[in-house]
Amino acid sequence: MTLFFRRAIEDILKNRFVNIVTIITISLSILIVSTFILFFINTSEIMNVWKKGVRVMAYLKPGIGTSKLADIKQSLKVMPGVFEVRFISKQEALQTLKAQMKRQSSLFESLSKNPLPDAFEIRILAPENNWEKIESLAVQIESLDQIEEVEYGQKWLGRIIHFFNLFRLAGYALCGIFFIATVFIVANTIRLVIYSRSEEVEIMRLVGATDKFIKIPFYIQSIIQGALGAFIGLAVLFVSFLVLNASVKQGYFSSLFQIRFIPPAVLLSVIGCSMLIGWLGCYLSLKQYLKI
Amino acid sequence: MIDGDEKSSIIRMFHVHHNYGAKRALIDITLDIAKNEYVFITGPSGAGKTTLLKLFYLAESVSEGQILIDGINLARIPHKRIPFLRRKFGIIFQDYKLIPSRTAFDNVALVLEAAGKKRRLIQKKVKSMLRLVGMEDRYNTLTPSLSGGEQQRVAVARAVVGDPKIILADEPTGSLDADSAGVIMDLLRGVHIRGATVIIATHDKDLIRKTGGRVLFLKQGRLEGSAFVEKQHDDAIF
Repeated sequence: MTLFFRRAIEDILKNRFVNIVTIITISLSILIVSTFILFFINTSEIMNVWKKGVRVMAYLKPGIGTSKLADIKQSLKVMPGVFEVRFISKQEALQTLKAQMKRQSSLFESLSKNPLPDAFEIRILAPENNWEKIESLAVQIESLDQIEEVEYGQKWLGRIIHFFNLFRLAGYALCGIFFIATVFIVANTIRLVIYSRSEEVEIMRLVGATDKFIKIPFYIQSIIQGALGAFIGLAVLFVSFLVLNASVKQGYFSSLFQIRFIPPAVLLSVIGCSMLIGWLGCYLSLKQYLKI
Repeated sequence: MIDGDEKSSIIRMFHVHHNYGAKRALIDITLDIAKNEYVFITGPSGAGKTTLLKLFYLAESVSEGQILIDGINLARIPHKRIPFLRRKFGIIFQDYKLIPSRTAFDNVALVLEAAGKKRRLIQKKVKSMLRLVGMEDRYNTLTPSLSGGEQQRVAVARAVVGDPKIILADEPTGSLDADSAGVIMDLLRGVHIRGATVIIATHDKDLIRKTGGRVLFLKQGRLEGSAFVEKQHDDAIF
């Protein structure tokens, strides 16, 4: 194996220009793909925070007795996706409103009675890919006799999730395109190397070298290209991330969310994928151009 | 006409024809070469000497007929076994076929590396072989920097380093001075003494006279005859 590694390294050094171009191309592809990954990881996290905060308000009809309230609360709790139900009396609601509108306190002085209804604040887990489920839950809550009206003010979140999912699909497609393009670039490099070494390959065959003996250094060479490309691409991304993170920390967004880098397991997968690209490019090239 | 038996023969050819497109390069060759024989294939340029050698190591395939090498029928050999067949041969090519981007040492070592030999053994054998051909001070020289004679010596070292059963040499002394040619022929004689079969394609009559052995005559692709030539004898056939 040492011999094959030595040969692969020698080949990389001999065909320096072609190899550097390939490694840079792989780096750029990895950089673009891992930028998408970084974006998706962080946006998914923000989405999850937002999803946990999805709140449905169920306003009660007037004059419902205390005994009935426990039954309604229980009915709401057993509904799918509901993880917290809290009763807000109309007095509490008015107090909260007054606290929120301190500057307009004169408005409340003229009130002869509390106009606000009793309500239940229902916190639900938003389903990953199906915002319609929240809507159907709202309809289900509204169908209860004692409920006057249901309101869920975060309809916009549904639209964002929908948009995000579309964006994620586009990301997958783009990653696929980069994957294929990079495989062909590696295949092309190996093909050029094979052409430049065709005489050598021919001599090796004549002195009794097996296909395996001839091919292994090419495979090692392209896997090294893939690994180096991945390391360079990820290193550039990491430096960019540090710069971006430093500027975000100083700005307005720091209080809203914390940006984090790609987790180690995903980083390893990216490097593995890049090596696979190298291997696949080599496989295609050898299959086509090294027929014996 | 087959004049040997299966057990003592290392190469057997039965009515072999070879065509390059419409051109007939070899016509109805039937011959038998015994183990440890020293054979010259001679004839004018274009007679088919090189083509005949190429058929043995499957650089060319027969158009018609059959060849047995050490009991292996070349028509039935699986693709994956071809490298193992080629390891039975040590080939000295007319144009040397050395890898220009590698040193003399690496070129000779290639045969042993391909055969999966241990690094330590490779170091030992290659150095000793290069010493034997007088190239001990040129181990690390890239082959294009070597003279024609030196390249030929490296090619010979590469051919014999793997202790092959059969040596095929295509004009092994063609571009060499008398001294260098003597070194090469002595080396081939040594390999023959150790048990290898040596087949040399040449049109150099002096070389045949000085060495001696069985001589096969090719003319326009046909095997015209076979004769034994004693060493240092002026034979009437020339």
